[in-house]
Amino acid sequence: MLDQFDVALDPTFAPVDRGRLLAALGEALPAGALVTKTEGMRVYECDGLAAYRGLPAAVALPRDTEELRAVLRTCARLGVPVVARGAGTGLSGGALPSPGCVLLSLSRMRRILAIDPDARTARVQPGVRNLAISEAVAPYGLFYAPDPSSQLACSIGGNVAENAGGVHCLKYGLTVHNLQALEIMTLDGEALTLGGDALDAPGFDLMALMTGSEGLLAVVTEITVRLLPTPAHARAMLVAFDDVRRAGEAVASIIAAGVIPAGLEMMDRLALTAAEEHTHAGYPTNAAAILICELDGAEADIAEELARVVAICEAAGATLVRVARDEDERRLFWAGRKGAFPAMGRLAPDYYCIDGTIPRRRLPEVLEAIETLSARHGLAVANVFHAGDGNLHPLILYDANEDGGIERAEALGGEILKLCVEVGGTITGEHGVGREKINQMCVQFTSAEIATFHAIKAAFDPAGLLNPGKAIPTPARCIEHGAMHVHAGKAPFAHLDRF
Amino acid sequence: MPTSTASEFALGAEELAERVRAASATRTPLRIVGGDTKAFHGRAVEGERLDVCGHRGVVDYEPSELVITARAGTPIREIEALLAQRGQRLAFEPPVLGPASTLGGVVAAGFAGPRRPFAGAVRDSVLGVTVLNGKGEALRLGGTVFKNVAGFDGFRLMAGALGCLGVLLDVSLRVAPIPAAELSRSFDLAWPDAQARLTALMRLPLPLSGAAHDGERLHVRLSGPVGAVEAAARELGGEETQASFWDELRHRRLGLLTAPRLWRLSVSRTARVDDLPGPALRDWAGAEIWLASEAPADRIRPLAAAAGGHATLYRGARPGEEVFTPLPPPLLALHQRLKAAFDPAGVFNPGRMYEGL
Repeated sequence: MLDQFDVALDPTFAPVDRGRLLAALGEALPAGALVTKTEGMRVYECDGLAAYRGLPAAVALPRDTEELRAVLRTCARLGVPVVARGAGTGLSGGALPSPGCVLLSLSRMRRILAIDPDARTARVQPGVRNLAISEAVAPYGLFYAPDPSSQLACSIGGNVAENAGGVHCLKYGLTVHNLQALEIMTLDGEALTLGGDALDAPGFDLMALMTGSEGLLAVVTEITVRLLPTPAHARAMLVAFDDVRRAGEAVASIIAAGVIPAGLEMMDRLALTAAEEHTHAGYPTNAAAILICELDGAEADIAEELARVVAICEAAGATLVRVARDEDERRLFWAGRKGAFPAMGRLAPDYYCIDGTIPRRRLPEVLEAIETLSARHGLAVANVFHAGDGNLHPLILYDANEDGGIERAEALGGEILKLCVEVGGTITGEHGVGREKINQMCVQFTSAEIATFHAIKAAFDPAGLLNPGKAIPTPARCIEHGAMHVHAGKAPFAHLDRF
Repeated sequence: MPTSTASEFALGAEELAERVRAASATRTPLRIVGGDTKAFHGRAVEGERLDVCGHRGVVDYEPSELVITARAGTPIREIEALLAQRGQRLAFEPPVLGPASTLGGVVAAGFAGPRRPFAGAVRDSVLGVTVLNGKGEALRLGGTVFKNVAGFDGFRLMAGALGCLGVLLDVSLRVAPIPAAELSRSFDLAWPDAQARLTALMRLPLPLSGAAHDGERLHVRLSGPVGAVEAAARELGGEETQASFWDELRHRRLGLLTAPRLWRLSVSRTARVDDLPGPALRDWAGAEIWLASEAPADRIRPLAAAAGGHATLYRGARPGEEVFTPLPPPLLALHQRLKAAFDPAGVFNPGRMYEGL
């Protein structure tokens, strides 16, 4: 399993005496800002990808940028790796402690520093919860758009590190599209401002580069997010199909017709049945697939667009079209979707969530191919996903207590991701590469591209101490996983220059 | 529509790569040129001309994916015409400064039109690029799908990098449907009052797609579904603005935008920027100020900084004048290291943005 770091395949650092490290951190930080006992560090041994676990050398909990700088400088001086962590809800093992690292928790830096309703911005510390921002600005008629499923718990700093998406990003964009400025700190303790109060900044667009860099370049210490006026109205509809292909075709037709829904989600039979038993959202359990489509804006327009979507779905062969009659029913439709992951507990002891993106028009064939792979591996797969974005979340059902259970799930997951790359997509739409998909990076990128990523990292972090062994595989790892790169003919961009 | 065959195009890319490898081997600076419509912008580059405009043609366009992929030398007007046939357009509304203007030049310059505050920057529409690095390797960064978090987002970095990081070979852009309705209103309001009006409007869920002040009047554009646009136009009142106003503004032909010496201030849209030493035109709801002024940088840049932003001498820099706001030394050093990651021999448009970059 990939939570085992491999000295031959992952970056390695000269071992540092733990006593010496703890003494140095103890001098740098006030009492209470350091956790060193094993039982106290257990909380930090994994993130949302709970199958991967490891203990750090110590956990540092700075309360402000000065304490943070002291941690970074201490680690830089001693050559100790640093793994930053927000709320620990990530699903790719990005916050998994690497051997001998200092786990840097940003959870104590959780103040909303300023809200400027006229400029439509909020300046916050990295540990602030995603949903807490929207709650704090709601009195001004504003909201923060990116809404990952974990928005109740996940932190904005983690959202920046992962370039988090969510249900509404089809219309409102990803985290990177909703940022105004970042304060970052490099490993040597240098504070830099990226972006600003204007819509652009001089020089290269480092704020965009920093977003989604998974803790490998620098630590985000402050975030200025852009806010949007809350839409006047929102309406959701539930559409059922007796064939998954037809549901996929309806999705492509809606977008092609020029409608950009606020959300467009799909669930297959296995997923919707479990969700229905879990939430009682009123999903038709005899359907092969359902779509949930939400439209927002002025009331007259919603009615107009709703009629178009209904017509498109009926033409695509929908067996049921139900528009939520009121706000309560709209919330219920979504409650079922948002509860789909926990509902999987009804189907199997464990599930493994995959996160590839594909071009929308390839949805029907990819869903069929996943079914074939699922049968070949003897593991059931439930599909819940952001259909409007082509962002799949196949949930592989398995039993971790079975011998080789997780390994079989990982093998199937790897094949699904390879399929995503083959049809012109990507191995991760919103969960990040982290530790989990480090080998699949060798499928998606050439060695020259991976070398470029390493060079970008070295420009920020020459010692390579920030979150080593994550996001970007070493050349040795790609060689070990031998010629995994999808080659000519099946190449993801065969029609583009790549020679 | 695609015009070149696959083999022609492969040859073009291979030739460009060969030129880059040769330049790197001899440390010969290259001046990367698309349509050369923005040669006036940025610092002067002394180098061999590397012409990319022969590398052209649309590679893939599938309206239901909201994505177009084209080679960097494709004229931007050709791309816009193709999109319009299918009821789509580029969200960031690029200024097209001449018929020869290319996709690669538009992305490298990073210029966006009046829709910028409402529909995002150039980088927000870029989904992926193929770019030649200094070794002449074609790197595919990003992809053709909207949600993609594999690898660092080097593709977004290319937008506005002025060709200092590599030679763009092709670009995949997210496109947007053309809304059913578009209406413009204008108001006889002097700037401070117009700013207050705009600030109030920006807090409401209105289908805004443009907000500019020409020095005398406030112009507001609404785009979206028919009902929302008509309702908002009724609520706003004012007079009709000619639709050509937005085209003239977008393509930088309106009023003082043709001045021989022109500053661009990018600022907080809610900041007060008074005492400007010359006539001004404001776009981006006030976040972008165009200023025709002979005043030197040390008079202009502090004004922009005080308003939370920066000032660029868009056109008409005198010898020795810096075009872009200087970066703090640690940030410049980071830029230099990043450039070296793509371009170790420093051959791509050296000095176009800053000395030593």
